[in-house]
This record gives sequence, C-alpha cells and structure tokens, in this order.
Amino acid sequence: MKTLTKNIAPGGEPLSLREYRARGGYEAFGKARFGMTPQDICAEVTRSGLRGLGGAGFPTGSKWSFMPRPSGKGSDHPGERGEGFVVMNADEMEPGAFKDRLLLEGDPHQAIEGLLIAAYALEATSAFIFLRREYARAEKLLRRAIAEVTAASHSGDHVFDSFRSITVRLHVSAGRYMCGEETGLLNALEGGRAQPRNKPPFPQVVGLFGKPTVVNNVETLCCIPHIVQRGAEWFRALGRNGSCGIKLYGVSGRVNRPGIWELPMGTTARELIEEHAGGMQGGRRLRGFLPGGASTDFLTAAHLDTPLDFDSLQKAGSRLGTGTLILLDDRTCPVGMARNLETFFARESCGWCTPCRDGLPWTRSILDDIEEGRGTHGDIERLELLCKKLSPGSTFCAFAPGAVSPLLSALHFFREEFERHIEEKRCSFKG
Amino acid sequence: MLTAEELAELDDLLRESSRREAAADALRIVQRHRGWISNESLHDVAAFLGMAESSLETIATFYNRIYRKPVGRHVILLCDSVSCWIMGFEPVRKRLLDQLGLPSMPGTSADNLFTLLPATCLGACDHAPAMMVDDELFCDLTPAKIDEILARFRSGAATVASAAERGIADQR
Repeated sequence: MKTLTKNIAPGGEPLSLREYRARGGYEAFGKARFGMTPQDICAEVTRSGLRGLGGAGFPTGSKWSFMPRPSGKGSDHPGERGEGFVVMNADEMEPGAFKDRLLLEGDPHQAIEGLLIAAYALEATSAFIFLRREYARAEKLLRRAIAEVTAASHSGDHVFDSFRSITVRLHVSAGRYMCGEETGLLNALEGGRAQPRNKPPFPQVVGLFGKPTVVNNVETLCCIPHIVQRGAEWFRALGRNGSCGIKLYGVSGRVNRPGIWELPMGTTARELIEEHAGGMQGGRRLRGFLPGGASTDFLTAAHLDTPLDFDSLQKAGSRLGTGTLILLDDRTCPVGMARNLETFFARESCGWCTPCRDGLPWTRSILDDIEEGRGTHGDIERLELLCKKLSPGSTFCAFAPGAVSPLLSALHFFREEFERHIEEKRCSFKG
Repeated sequence: MLTAEELAELDDLLRESSRREAAADALRIVQRHRGWISNESLHDVAAFLGMAESSLETIATFYNRIYRKPVGRHVILLCDSVSCWIMGFEPVRKRLLDQLGLPSMPGTSADNLFTLLPATCLGACDHAPAMMVDDELFCDLTPAKIDEILARFRSGAATVASAAERGIADQR
C-alpha cells in the first residue's frame, strides 16, 4: 500500500491542482483549517511518532512544540498574530540521497499541502521552500503548483482563503552542501554565507530574521497531510519492528535494480537489497553499506537484518540518515570509496571552524597518498587521530563528525585494505 | 553597466526581498545574462544593492553556482559523488576530458562551447553516473553516451556560439 508515492507515476507528469484534489488532495488541509486548532494538529503529529526524515531524526512534534505561540490559545485566523516562519528544506545534496527529488517532481502538491498545514499549525505568516539549484525540473513544477494554489485562493475557493494570509516563497539556492544544515540554510535565506549558527538559541525561538522558525525536510512535510487525514494511530501502525510510519528507502550501487521504495519504517536492509533492489549484480558480493547517505557510518553484511530505523541503526553504530543506502561491493575499493567521500567533504566544508576547514583536506590528502601508492606507515594512525579531532564536540556543527563517520568505520571494517595499499604501494582493485 | 533588462529584473527581485537577502539572487540574475560574474558585474551589483563590494564578494565566492570566472556556452556539471564513482564515473570523466581537450576538471574547451565542472551528487543515484548540461539532466552515462550528448549540443551550436562571442565582445 502506498501513501507518499500513491500519486507518483514513474516518468509521468505530476498531478495538477484539479487532479490532485480529485484524488482527495487538500482535504487534509481543509480538515486542519476548519476542523482542528493549531494545537490539535501539533498534538496529532506528536502522537504519530513522526521523526525528521532529512537525516537527524528529531521528533517532529517536539520540534514544533518549541515554537512560541504569541496567540496563546489556538485560533482560526493563522497569520494574524504570529510572525514566525516555516521552511521546507528541499536542499537535497547528501551524496547518495535522491528521495526528495522523487517527492518534489512526482507530487509537488503533496509537499505544498504539508507545508501549508505546518504553517497553519505553527501559526506562521510565511512559508519558504529552499530548493537546490540543480533541481531545475522540481523548480518548474513547484512554481506551477504554487501558481495554481495562488489562483485558487483568489477565486473564492474557501479551502484556499487562508492561503492569502500565508505567503509561500520558493528560494533557489546558489549551491552549497552547508545550506542543508538548518542554521546554515537560514543564513543563506537571509542572503549571507551558509555558515552554521550557534545553538542555543534554537531556530524555533530565534530563526529566520530573528523570528521563530521551523525547518522541516520535504519527506517529513509530505507525511503531515496523511497524519492529519487518517490520524496518528493509523500512521504509527504503518511501521514495523517497533518503528512508526513509513519511509522512502533508496538503494544505489551495484545492485540489479537501483531505486526508491516506500516501505514500512523498520524494514531490514536485507529485504530492501535482496527483494526490492533485486540483489547484487552478477558475481558481486556485498561488502558494506552506508545506510543513509555519505555522512553515516559503514555497516557490513553482518548488519543486513538490522531494521532500518533511527534507534536500531544507532544501536548498530550508524545512523538512518536519509535512508538511501549506498552499497560497497567486493570489486570496489573501500579506500577509494573513503577517498571519494572525504574529497566531497573537504570541498564542501564551509571553512567557519578550523578543525573542519583544515582537518578534512588533510584526511583527503592522506587518502590520496594511500590510494595512489604513496602511503606510509603511520598514515592509518594519523587518519584515526584526525577522526578523533573531528568528532562531536570538537567542531562548530555536525558537518565534520558526519564527514569522518564513514572514514572511521571504514578504517575499522576494512582495515586490512588500507594496510595492503600501504604495504604493496598500490591499489589492487586497479588491476 | 547593468543593462535595462537586468535592472528591470533586479527591481522585480527587490519587490519581494530586502536588499540584504537578495544578494545571491541578484548575482544570479546578472549571471543568467552574462554567464559569469566579472569584477565589473560584481561592482555594479554591489552598487545597486548598496553593499560593500567585499561583502558581496564573500557571497559570490561561497556558492558553487556563482561563477567568478568566464564559462563556456554550456556548463556541464559532472557528478563526482560516491554512487556515481562506484557506477563508472571514471571512464565517463575520461571521455569528457578527451572530447573537450582538457587536461583536468574544471576547465573550458578551446572553442568556448563547454565548461566542465565537478558537482556534488545530483540526486539521480539510481541512474548513475549522472551529469547536467545547463538545466538538463543526463543519466546512466557511458563513454558512448557522452559522445552522443556532446554531438547534440555541438550540432545546435553554430548560431549559439556566434551569439556567445558577441556577448563576450560586448563586455569588452
């Protein structure tokens, strides 16, 4: 059974406003707007167990609860009192992540409905969509969808009356990975460099232009209409292995059918890879995988039966992240893969704090040496030391700890490959 | 000097944004017309926004998709992130470099038709390797497919290239 992807036809055009409504679209917005108070919606979202699907997994209801309510009691006139913002984080730039693109291109109205409900529930006056520059098709489709809703709000359509008091603005990023970090994103929206801000104060209290702001990922917001429409209990029951709700899982790498599937939260990596992705390509064996994008720790074939959810993966020593698996097969060099990842992180470090700005290029240059046959004894220990110096608490934001997660875990699981590169002064995968 | 067309678009931008938040968008408007942001463009946009040139420069240099050097008629963004790397990025990169006559990436072909830039994950990992040419996404790349794609852009290039040359001449 499909929920988030029920309107998405692979390769097809997304539904127009009229088609989307014919399939029950914006009924949840109408229900929220006319049948629920902002507090009711927040309570429902909290009960649903929904957690942030951009990677951090923070409970969405809690995040929303930190937003101050100038109005006190709920009211049916959103936008008249609050001066807060809600932002859809559509800056999907995590290497290996391609789920938000599907949601934005496949069903833009679902994302906008989620954003509008969030704006109502949070009593926000303005809603922003922060979209990455390279998602040109999503930009075109979102602009069209926003124009359709705007036109409906001026045509006396009572469902969209309130839309006139909530402005929705699409911001297309000038491009930098740090824009995906919520405080970096706020700085980018304000027109500056996407450097992170100190927390506290948290954005829900002091956010965009100093006003209360909630930033939610696309997939998180896409869940909202369904939770409002069908209830928290229904959503919770969709999960498996003790998890709540649904998840778009992705697989890339040397499998027979790379792709994205909407599955119960808590599906195992084995089911995802072997059943949905059709197993490894002929003759190749799974050696390891990053469960949720570039900034998560490697796991191995021994972890295939771990449910892919926030808590289980944390216990296993990694993170769910974006839930888009990147597979390492036995004919791909783990050192080369680590080098590719650290090259990305070194390039995208925003340069705000010294350990990250200088430490990541250092890890990259050591990995260059090892992979090119110039590695020396002591390089592995130097990499481990750098990973320690870039661990949580040593840097300004979570970028560097995320950057060294795959490296430290690669050094743990594939250590003999690093040693062999240094011993033999070559990469044996290059033939 | 900003053109009348650029000024009109910048004025539109300021109808919905404050000057401060408009910085990156203003640069992108000018870049859309000129391909890149020259020192002169930077100066003019800073003056328009009432910003110090150095403040605008910190923004121009921070973002990947604002170009402070000239680019060719078509910008190729080749994904060099992990899934594409696993799925055959290297032969695709080599073919692009050969075809464009470049020693390495980034670079611009001698005929000024293509600029090749490395890009972070384009979010098409189930169809890796991937690249974009201008706003168009190309997936499941192979060296043979690179030849086809470049041929397509070259065949439509004769008139376009002369327009681009005129554009460069105008700036001088």
